[in-house]
Amino acid sequence: MSSTKKVLLEQVAHTRSGDKGNTSNIAVFAYEPALYPLLKEQLTAERFKAFHRTAITGDVLRYEVDNLHALNFVAHGALGGGVSRSLSLDNYGKALSAAILGFEIEVPQALLSCLRTRQPASPQGHADAGAGQP
Amino acid sequence: MNDMSDVDGGRTPRSRTLRIGSGAAWWGDRVEPAGLNAEQGDLDYLCFETMAEATVSAAQVRARRDPSFAGYDTYLDDRMRAVLPACMRRGTKIISNQGWINPQGAAERITALLREMGIEGVKVAAVSGSMITDRVLSLAPTILENGQPTATLRDTLISAEAYMGAEPIVQALREGAQIVVTGRVADPSLFLAPMMYEFGWSALDHEKVGAGSGIGHLMECGAQVTGGYFSDPGLKDVPEPWNFAFPIAEVEADGSVVIAKVAGSGGAITLQTVKEQMLYEVHDPANYITPDVVVDFTRARLEQIGADRVRVTGLTGKPRTSTLKVSMGCTEGFIGEDMFFYAGPGALRRAQLARRILEERFRIVKLEAEDMRIDFLGLNAIHGAATPADAPEPYEVAVRVAARTKTREQALKVGREVDGMAVSGVAHTGKRVPHQDRTREVIGVWSSLVAREQVTPQIDYFIS
Repeated sequence: MSSTKKVLLEQVAHTRSGDKGNTSNIAVFAYEPALYPLLKEQLTAERFKAFHRTAITGDVLRYEVDNLHALNFVAHGALGGGVSRSLSLDNYGKALSAAILGFEIEVPQALLSCLRTRQPASPQGHADAGAGQP
Repeated sequence: MNDMSDVDGGRTPRSRTLRIGSGAAWWGDRVEPAGLNAEQGDLDYLCFETMAEATVSAAQVRARRDPSFAGYDTYLDDRMRAVLPACMRRGTKIISNQGWINPQGAAERITALLREMGIEGVKVAAVSGSMITDRVLSLAPTILENGQPTATLRDTLISAEAYMGAEPIVQALREGAQIVVTGRVADPSLFLAPMMYEFGWSALDHEKVGAGSGIGHLMECGAQVTGGYFSDPGLKDVPEPWNFAFPIAEVEADGSVVIAKVAGSGGAITLQTVKEQMLYEVHDPANYITPDVVVDFTRARLEQIGADRVRVTGLTGKPRTSTLKVSMGCTEGFIGEDMFFYAGPGALRRAQLARRILEERFRIVKLEAEDMRIDFLGLNAIHGAATPADAPEPYEVAVRVAARTKTREQALKVGREVDGMAVSGVAHTGKRVPHQDRTREVIGVWSSLVAREQVTPQIDYFIS
């Protein structure tokens, strides 16, 4: 069977962004080691930059971090000049790591069981907790 | 600065586990997890990181305007009051970069707080010397970001400070300091210093120092490694996210570590939280440059060895560079910013008309903006161009206007034109009555490099 299923990256990987000057790094971590080769093959630096359309003005470098089953994207010119100069509401680019979770990945049938699926909030979980926050 | 390359001959390196806790990851961080770590962490050291990239230049701007500003962390009293009694009772040493532009003033204040608490005879060290504003233009030829000469910053430069490493802190510990408060020191160095001191690691042992700096990097962002900045309901859940503890590093003399936290606290320490923090703000994972070493994360191995306990081995490093990074803060004009709101059917169409009106108004009043954005919150304010084109129309839209200008007069035009929208705009415009000046000064941050020898740490001591 060579058929694949298209899923959002959020089912394959988790991400975090960090800022330095006008550069954002967005690290993408496979939930399971078996999923990591899919990231390596499909989430190229070119596709990463194209996904963000014109939101990233400079070069995007990709580092492969095999021991962490992770890719680290270094996006130059992603922070509107940097924290203090930026006119962006999210001037640290803290929320940038969420955008790429909408990237689509082709997953072979054999690996579908490795995917994370978003579970409905449990009664003891965040839904209740959120309502109780000030 | 003495030559610190040799292992301290007068001291037997410890062989048992060293426990280092985090007390803050930034200026605005919560205070009670620091108290929790001080009381229940069974710590040898508690380390506070409170300086962002622009902290020093922002402090310089404030100091010029406000003579009553002390020049150090404005939460210094809160943080120290929360931890000093427990730390001094238990023999936990404190290392903190809360000194900002006045480490001596911070050390004096800590000494005064100790006396107030009736704690006498504590030696507090102030590490300064990172400020090189007066000589940076001659020492640092080139701006890293744009390749221009640093001389182009001559008229706008407010502050320049080099990132110092762990060595002056190690020296202060050798000289008997129980509390060390610094100006600009690289974040991981705050945690590395006690490892070098306690285990007798040479500053030139790049493998050990690389491991220690990698551990410091895992610790420097506080709750980010204990489940803070991690929850995504249904995908990545953590327990009690309102009750995070800051992390504790249980470090062995060989540079391996267990990342842990006090029992009964919220959050989680998992392979995922540790991995995410490992690459946070890192560019090349094989070459993460600090003043002490070049850290290599690519051989690290992570192991979940218990609930909220992750062991990390294989952190290492390469010899340190001959230069230190310098951050230069410059005045770069102003930002004017304001917001107003639409709701109900047709909210987005009204917001779009409001944007058109504002764009025309800015032309009429000749707003001289170097850059401007008009965002629709709830639609495109965060991801900008990367927002999917087929995102659904919202019920509620906040219109946010922001412009960067050369002068405060120009920046004030943003708020003035938004004011006009209250009665000369679009139907159903929701508008807050302004209660403050809607402008702020921009402190641009540039980087450069100086030769390591050009930065001379100074250590002053105060006794409570």
